[in-house]
Amino acid sequence: MEVMLALTAGVLVAAGAYLMMTGKTVPYVFGLTMISNAANLIIFSTGRLTLAKPALVPGEAITISGAANALPQALILTAIVIGFGLLVFALALAYRSYYALGTAEMDEMRVAEPVERD
Amino acid sequence: MADHDTTRAAPPVWRFLPAIVAAAATLWLARFLGPVAAGVHPEWSLPWAPSLGIAFAFRLDGLALAMALLICGIGALIFLYAATYFATDRRLGTLLVTLSFFAVSMLGLVCADDAITLFLFWEGTTITSWLLVGFDHERREARAAAVQALLITGAGGLALLAGLLVMSAVAGTTRLSEMNAAGDVFRQSAAYAPMLLLVLLGCFTKSAQVPFHFWLPGAMAAPTPVSAYLHSATMVKAGVYLLARLTPALGGTELWTGLLVPVGAVTMILGSVWAARQTDMKLMLAQTTLMGLSALVMLIGLGTEAAIAAAMTFLLVHAFYKAALFLTVGMIEKGAGSRDYRHVAGLARAMPLTATAAAISGLSMAGFPPLFGFVGKELIYEATLTGAAVTLAALVANLFMVICAGMVAIRPFHGAERRSPKDRPGDPAWGLWLGPLVLSGFSLLFGLAPALAGDWLIAPMVAAVTGEEMHGHLALWHGLTPMLVLSLVTFALGILGYLALDRLRDGLAKAEPGLPRMESWYEGALAGIFTLARSVTAASQNGQMTHYLRATFAACAVLTWGGVVLGRMAWPGFTPGPGLIDWMVVAIILASVAVVLVTRSRLTAICALGGVGSGIAIVFVLYGAIDVAMTQLFVEILVVVFMAIAMVRLPSWGEIPFHPGNALIAVVLGLGVTLGTLAVLGTPLDPYLTTFFEANSVPKAGGHNIVNVILVDFRGFDTLGETSVIVIAGIAAIAALRAGRRRLRGAPRR
Repeated sequence: MEVMLALTAGVLVAAGAYLMMTGKTVPYVFGLTMISNAANLIIFSTGRLTLAKPALVPGEAITISGAANALPQALILTAIVIGFGLLVFALALAYRSYYALGTAEMDEMRVAEPVERD
Repeated sequence: MADHDTTRAAPPVWRFLPAIVAAAATLWLARFLGPVAAGVHPEWSLPWAPSLGIAFAFRLDGLALAMALLICGIGALIFLYAATYFATDRRLGTLLVTLSFFAVSMLGLVCADDAITLFLFWEGTTITSWLLVGFDHERREARAAAVQALLITGAGGLALLAGLLVMSAVAGTTRLSEMNAAGDVFRQSAAYAPMLLLVLLGCFTKSAQVPFHFWLPGAMAAPTPVSAYLHSATMVKAGVYLLARLTPALGGTELWTGLLVPVGAVTMILGSVWAARQTDMKLMLAQTTLMGLSALVMLIGLGTEAAIAAAMTFLLVHAFYKAALFLTVGMIEKGAGSRDYRHVAGLARAMPLTATAAAISGLSMAGFPPLFGFVGKELIYEATLTGAAVTLAALVANLFMVICAGMVAIRPFHGAERRSPKDRPGDPAWGLWLGPLVLSGFSLLFGLAPALAGDWLIAPMVAAVTGEEMHGHLALWHGLTPMLVLSLVTFALGILGYLALDRLRDGLAKAEPGLPRMESWYEGALAGIFTLARSVTAASQNGQMTHYLRATFAACAVLTWGGVVLGRMAWPGFTPGPGLIDWMVVAIILASVAVVLVTRSRLTAICALGGVGSGIAIVFVLYGAIDVAMTQLFVEILVVVFMAIAMVRLPSWGEIPFHPGNALIAVVLGLGVTLGTLAVLGTPLDPYLTTFFEANSVPKAGGHNIVNVILVDFRGFDTLGETSVIVIAGIAAIAALRAGRRRLRGAPRR
């Protein structure tokens, strides 16, 4: 399954990168979401998979072994939330730039680097 | 000049302070004359980077002491002159501070015994001389001249640093004295030619040798006291000083002589001939400075004991007369309103002190007895008698020196009085005439008693350069020698040339436009650098964000593939093997991705994006990450909702045209990510941290859900930081949205 997840992550990164390179703000945000999902998948699978055994210590026990790897889960948990924050901000920017600049084409946004006239 | 008023009512009291300090330093340094002449070399050092063997080390041998005395002694007179010249100028403080920094850099440069320390001060002189040449920074030519001097000497400085580092690596030490004592280590090294070339590049740019000579006349944009200081005793002598300093280590080879002598001879003739073409006496002196420096380069290149003795003598000779003459030109300009010798004449009666100083120093420059210049010139002839070509070069140069000395020391003072609009020409204040008179006095004193300079200054200098005691003593009268004959020939031709000066000058002026301009290579190189920079910027920073994104993703692809190709690659085992449900989940994710890519409907795309996220959530559920799965699902719902809201307000993006280049980059990057992940999976997992959390969650943190314990306890502060990031992102998003609602700026409404 790890190999399949690695393959899935590769596809997600490729699709995300392609969407981001289209130069339109909304597909860019779509691509961004895919790449953050891919990153989570990679962290998860490289922490190795354990079928259906959550990292929960049962009632009276002090410790457990053989459960799913808790560390990547903790990392991904925060990564999901941060990725969501990034997405919201990017969406707000896409919205704002459309209304301020009148375009959703990134290559037409030339305020910071105007076209040089010789 | 400046448009606004730069004068102040009264000269400030502190203006003589630098002169007093420099004079005190001169007296203090003079105490070392005896010990150094006796062969004692005071040393002083402070550890700087001991692990690299670099120290803040200084050593006072004959060469260093003589240079230090020139820097401080002439410096004191120049500071006094500047304090009087700019007495009521508001910029006096700036000038004196910059000049003082320059003097200190120069002093450190000549006393340094460590290659890196020397380089530090070398760069110090480069930067301060840039400030000094561009002192009248409101004038365009001054700025251009300053930048030219900075670029050329700065580039040379870089070459010098490389050369010094190679030398340090070869010798295994950064101490110059140890390098000089290392015998043939450098000359037998395989790196001898490159290191010599690098060091020479530094020296030739600093001392304005062909083809780098043109910055020096340009640097005349500086105020007169600055020019007098930079071009007589200090800045431009730094290159010559370093050549002399490194002679024991690098000198004496065919390459050394073969480079130094021709470059010196060519620059010498060029400088002296073009000096005769000038009518501005300051520019003329600048051209003769080229001649003086290149004579020194040529003599050091010859490298015989006679040549070194001649070089060291002429170094002093040149410092005394050149500083004095620059200062007298400044006095003529102050007193009579012009420094063009065609516009001033007959000033001797009105300016007797100026005339005296100019006459003595001019005679020394022309090499007439009984002045110090004569002693120097005889030694030069003696040293150059070895070959007809160098003798001829020396003869031509000295001949023009006679002509130029006449121009600057005789023409302005004799004949019928002629001057610029100025009403009453007269000798200026004491602060101005003291310097030239003292310097002329030295020219006279050392001419009459050459042994005085010879024993106390020149013999220790020669000993420092050759490593051996100098034979013989300096004398004014050597009897009837070939040198005397050459001197007489020089005088005769020189006086004839002086009489025909106007015709000579006009001939040179007429020929000038037809000759190739030497600085064209510099201007071409500069223009080329700008063109290159512009085209690189235009190509890499074209303002298109898709271009930047492509570059970023391509770089990521190169990095991941680099890791995959260069790193160890081991295929992971297939455990646990995928079951039916795994296949289905992965199929859902991949199908959703495909839908996002091909669909034209925004709603479908948003739903498919949700499908991707939900599929991943199922993976989390299957493999024991319940909390993660819950978060993922919740976030995924929010993503879909937010996207849908945004879509209502944003334009439809229509069809995405297929872009093969983008697709290639994306596929290569995706493959790299897959392979990289597989490579990580192929390496054994280190469970140290996981085991720690499993063992300690209940005993230390009292929590049974290990993931939660990690987040809120073991890494609680981290989580706090991430929470703040979310809050900040939310605030920023709200700000962007509200601003958008307020100002629509006529943007197309849906």
